[in-house]
Amino acid sequence: MHIDIDKDSCMGAGQCALTAPDVFAQDDDGYSTVLPGREDGGGSALVREAARACPVGAISVSERAG
Amino acid sequence: MTDTDTTTDANATRPVAFPQDRTCPYHPPAAYDPLRATRPLARITLFDGRPAWLVTGHATARRLLADPRLSTDRTRDGFPATSARLAAVRSRRTALLGVDDPEHRAQRKLVLPEFTLKRAAALRPRIQRIVDERLDAMIEQGPPAELVSAFALPVPSMVICALLGIPYADHDFFEEQSRRLLRGPRPADTQDARDRLEAYLGELIDRKRHSPGEGLLDDLVRKQVAEGEFDRDQLIAFAVILLVAGHETTANMISLGTFTLLGHPRRLAELRADPSLLPDAVEELMRVLSIADGLLRLATEDIDVDGTTVRAGEGVVFSTSVINRDETVYPDPDALDWHRPARHHVAFGFGIHQCLGQNLARAELEIALRTLFDRLPTLRLAAPPQEIPFKPGDTIQGMLELPVAW
Repeated sequence: MHIDIDKDSCMGAGQCALTAPDVFAQDDDGYSTVLPGREDGGGSALVREAARACPVGAISVSERAG
Repeated sequence: MTDTDTTTDANATRPVAFPQDRTCPYHPPAAYDPLRATRPLARITLFDGRPAWLVTGHATARRLLADPRLSTDRTRDGFPATSARLAAVRSRRTALLGVDDPEHRAQRKLVLPEFTLKRAAALRPRIQRIVDERLDAMIEQGPPAELVSAFALPVPSMVICALLGIPYADHDFFEEQSRRLLRGPRPADTQDARDRLEAYLGELIDRKRHSPGEGLLDDLVRKQVAEGEFDRDQLIAFAVILLVAGHETTANMISLGTFTLLGHPRRLAELRADPSLLPDAVEELMRVLSIADGLLRLATEDIDVDGTTVRAGEGVVFSTSVINRDETVYPDPDALDWHRPARHHVAFGFGIHQCLGQNLARAELEIALRTLFDRLPTLRLAAPPQEIPFKPGDTIQGMLELPVAW
């Protein structure tokens, strides 16, 4: 799994960090970041739920072999 | 319940008047049943007789609320209004909520750090203290008590004052002007209330320029002085929306949430037995109550919506109560159920204008409702529920009064 955040779209609602706090966080300005080492989702079942919660569709989750 | 025999054709020839008053404060009126049977789009008639589209389908609502071809700029020609009061202040500059991108993005960026999850979490002890103090005072004087004036309104009012740097001592003034701004009764009240709020906040901002304190408005004044990014009028427009949206909405959720819980004793008992259900319960209350029931947009281009064309210049209204009862997403949608995944409701809106204060609102609601029922386990209504007044359909939904005893 690979997570990508479109920084130009993100408007800092914080819904990803609320839904999957083990994977996402808000930086000091309020915008979304993936926690270091969790770019592959860290096995969290909530990553897709977090992407769906994003009000501006800024999070894309892709399956990547290896 | 929805009449499944109602056909789309029958509804298409007879647009439903929107908004209408609720008969039960936590459910959309029965008059909306034809709208609930017509998804994802229905035709409505606004207060001035003008037709508009009503978005009723959940997936369509999420897509359209994020569509930049729908403008939220109230000053545009033809922008829809759901009441004469709203129409009367349409020409005024409304920060955040009334601004499209890219300007909206720049405005939101300025205040976003104060509304993050981290910031809401840091405010929890302060919110808890405010809640405790209000309940101490209410318990000392009662029972009975009027919960809106003793608790539901002062709690979010004190929180937003602390956050913005507005003296709470002025609360009688700004709560009254907010009330007139949102409920009139006459369009002239709304205009006058807006004038008074702008004058009050303008003077406050001028004072802060000389001796800035600790609040968000003080930070904005400092930035304005240092970087000159925005003018005094813009700062006032920010202050108006943050103050009004910051206390009215949460106050309504506390009063209406309490009324709803008291009307569902088994759900309330379940919540008391397992406080870990509280965050989900707050989401479910947000979904069912849908207090901001009529989000407004104007189509700036022709938009194809699931095979129907919404034309440029047409008004588009989102009924959150109807959208949040889309049975393809929420089975048995009128039932209050802490165990359903309610999270993707649109009670806070969706897209770039999704509620800036949602993380703060969740914290306030969790703390207020948990502490209220912890401290007063025998809390009950002090009047028959059907006699307790609540707000009309053309404003934010909530209780006008909530007489309680314990």
